[in-house]
Amino acid sequence: MSVSAKKIQMPVQDAKVRRNNFNEVTLGYTAEMAVEEAQRCLNCKNSPCVKGCPVNVQIPDFIRYIKNSEFEKAYQTIHETNSLPAVCGRVCPQETQCEGNCVCGIKGEPVAIGRLERFVADYHMQHAVEEKEPAKITGTKVAVVGAGPSGLTCAGELAKKGYAVTIFEALHRPGGVLIYGIPEFRLPKKKVADEIDNLIKMGVQIRTNVVIGKTITVDELFEQGFRAVFVGSGAGYPSFMNIEGENLNGVYSANEYLTRINLMKAYKPDHETPILKGKKVAVIGGGNVAMDAARSALRIGAETVYIIYRRSLKEMPARMEEIEHAKEEGVQFRLLTNPIRFIGDKDGWLTGAECIKMELGEPDESGRSRPVPQKGSEFVLEIDTAIIAVGTSPNPLVHKTTQGIKVNKRGCILVSEESGATSREGIYAGGDAVTGAATVILAMGAGKKAALAMDRYLNEKAAK
Amino acid sequence: MYRILKKRVLNPSVILLAIEAPLIASKAQPGQFIILRINETGERIPLTIADYDRELGTVTIIFQVVGATTKLLAQMREGDMLADFVGPLGTASDLDGIKKAAVIGGGVGCAIAYPQAKELFRRGTSVDVITGFRNKDLIILNEEFKKVSTRYFCTTDDGSNGKKGFVSDVLKALIDEGTQYDAVIAIGPLIMMKVVSEVTRPYHIKTIISMNPIMIDGTGMCGGCRVTVGGETKFACVDGPDFDGHLVDFDEAIRRSKMYAGQERERSNHMDCRLMKGVQ
Repeated sequence: MSVSAKKIQMPVQDAKVRRNNFNEVTLGYTAEMAVEEAQRCLNCKNSPCVKGCPVNVQIPDFIRYIKNSEFEKAYQTIHETNSLPAVCGRVCPQETQCEGNCVCGIKGEPVAIGRLERFVADYHMQHAVEEKEPAKITGTKVAVVGAGPSGLTCAGELAKKGYAVTIFEALHRPGGVLIYGIPEFRLPKKKVADEIDNLIKMGVQIRTNVVIGKTITVDELFEQGFRAVFVGSGAGYPSFMNIEGENLNGVYSANEYLTRINLMKAYKPDHETPILKGKKVAVIGGGNVAMDAARSALRIGAETVYIIYRRSLKEMPARMEEIEHAKEEGVQFRLLTNPIRFIGDKDGWLTGAECIKMELGEPDESGRSRPVPQKGSEFVLEIDTAIIAVGTSPNPLVHKTTQGIKVNKRGCILVSEESGATSREGIYAGGDAVTGAATVILAMGAGKKAALAMDRYLNEKAAK
Repeated sequence: MYRILKKRVLNPSVILLAIEAPLIASKAQPGQFIILRINETGERIPLTIADYDRELGTVTIIFQVVGATTKLLAQMREGDMLADFVGPLGTASDLDGIKKAAVIGGGVGCAIAYPQAKELFRRGTSVDVITGFRNKDLIILNEEFKKVSTRYFCTTDDGSNGKKGFVSDVLKALIDEGTQYDAVIAIGPLIMMKVVSEVTRPYHIKTIISMNPIMIDGTGMCGGCRVTVGGETKFACVDGPDFDGHLVDFDEAIRRSKMYAGQERERSNHMDCRLMKGVQ
């Protein structure tokens, strides 16, 4: 049987239709498609794909089960190492991880590992009737700060080992960036809620509306009998550009814009949270968050949406798939362009952005070409809404209120590479709080690694 | 869920609720705030903590009915539950070293000025309280303020009670009389805090004001609450809500406070319809 050099295409909503709704853009494989795609896997002996996965999902194994239509077994194989498969199948940058290492990718397209993972996770959620018995809770109390990808993963791993895990979440709903950041059309919130329900069934307790550092401090957690603490407080602190006019009405951080839409459902008429429905919107930045903001702006009624990015398409940190989707939906890319000030009317409302054209110069510390402004190329872009998506940094609340946690000059918590241990005994950290803004899967990998180290630490302590 | 244990209507548009929230009550300090959400479709709104009782485990909020959410909140009764109530957020007021203070409250801002006056008075500080209301029907916390002040001045814009005029006039008169304040704490409408800051500026009296901007999370995540202080952008939720009144760009803050004014009016009208339906 000849095997196709290309992935089986995944059905998607038509761009003209989807730009007006928040339903998921990609529709997922059918069972037939999944089996057919699974046939493309060569089942390589040394499994380079697994080495590309931050949580070491046993990829050839689960794909083998798909080939035999044993979808639930495939799910169990993934779930052994990955607590959030429905999420990872959708938002992981597979092209630089598992699929980036796939041997099929050398001559043709790699096996669609992400799509297969997503299919298996969705299949499980639709068909699984009986949950596994929850692991035996040993009673040793462990606290997790933040219910985002790293915290949820850490909690899941610790619960599997029988710890009594409590997650403390500052917002009113668990999920972290999966809930407030990534839009419904890319990651349905029902999928996130289902994954979190799985954790609760495993015995994990989640306490929302608790801000660690304010409502309770880390020291008080130890006083309350928690024996170890994992800090996964994320990188939720938005960066601004520090240019003139940034506080005009109509200028948002991407965090605020996306939180209003995703967490607070400002786009739904029956929800109370307001949002400015701009007609001409500019999103500043070139990452996945910028794409999410731009595509959300279209969906709440913008007529024109620009992505303004100071480098070229090649340097854009967003996933190619997201860039393609944004283009298909009509987002206009203004590359090699940077805003230098925002312009407002007399009442303080944004009316435009003065931009300057950039040229790429020598590579900078990040290895990417440094953008250099071209004198005299300034022009004004007429806009009524601007969304700043130029990055975020770790939230300082936890380390500022906890003695003995060392951070670097960017505010990232310093940890041991192997274990996630911070400079203070019993406290571990991972995810964006350690790395600065990165990916969901890297945060999950860090949460998992820390869970294993916390288990070792607690065992050693108990043995003493 | 967070139970409403007590409700008092302080004036036709200002309401006091005491909420069962023992964790927050055990930590709350003057100057800090909470964020609440009434129900699953509700918005998150910040309200400064008006009082707390560590033993009873309650946190008191006092709010003015200004929009859809506060309108709905005003309809809630004792025993009803709020979906979410989180805090204490923000940095507590720095009241150290103040020997003589003027605490100024404008309208519902008195609710926030009250814990400051109470705490200062408890510490043995000489506290002149100056409150201002549009008219006598709107006066709140009159008796409470009397108990926590060395001198108490209550003004009304129309002269229907106490002195006719603005809080800033009373403050200026007291300063001109020779009263030497270590600090002036002013809490109320942005325009009032701006005027008070202008009164104290020539005298170089430390002036602390409390911002209450639009925000979502209250932990530094959304950046919606940014305010320019001394030329720098600050987040009111974590860097404040207290700031040096002489450094705050009040004009910008006033403009930013109107960000959703149009939508707010619409939603508020909708809420009227919904509440009317509920009554029938």
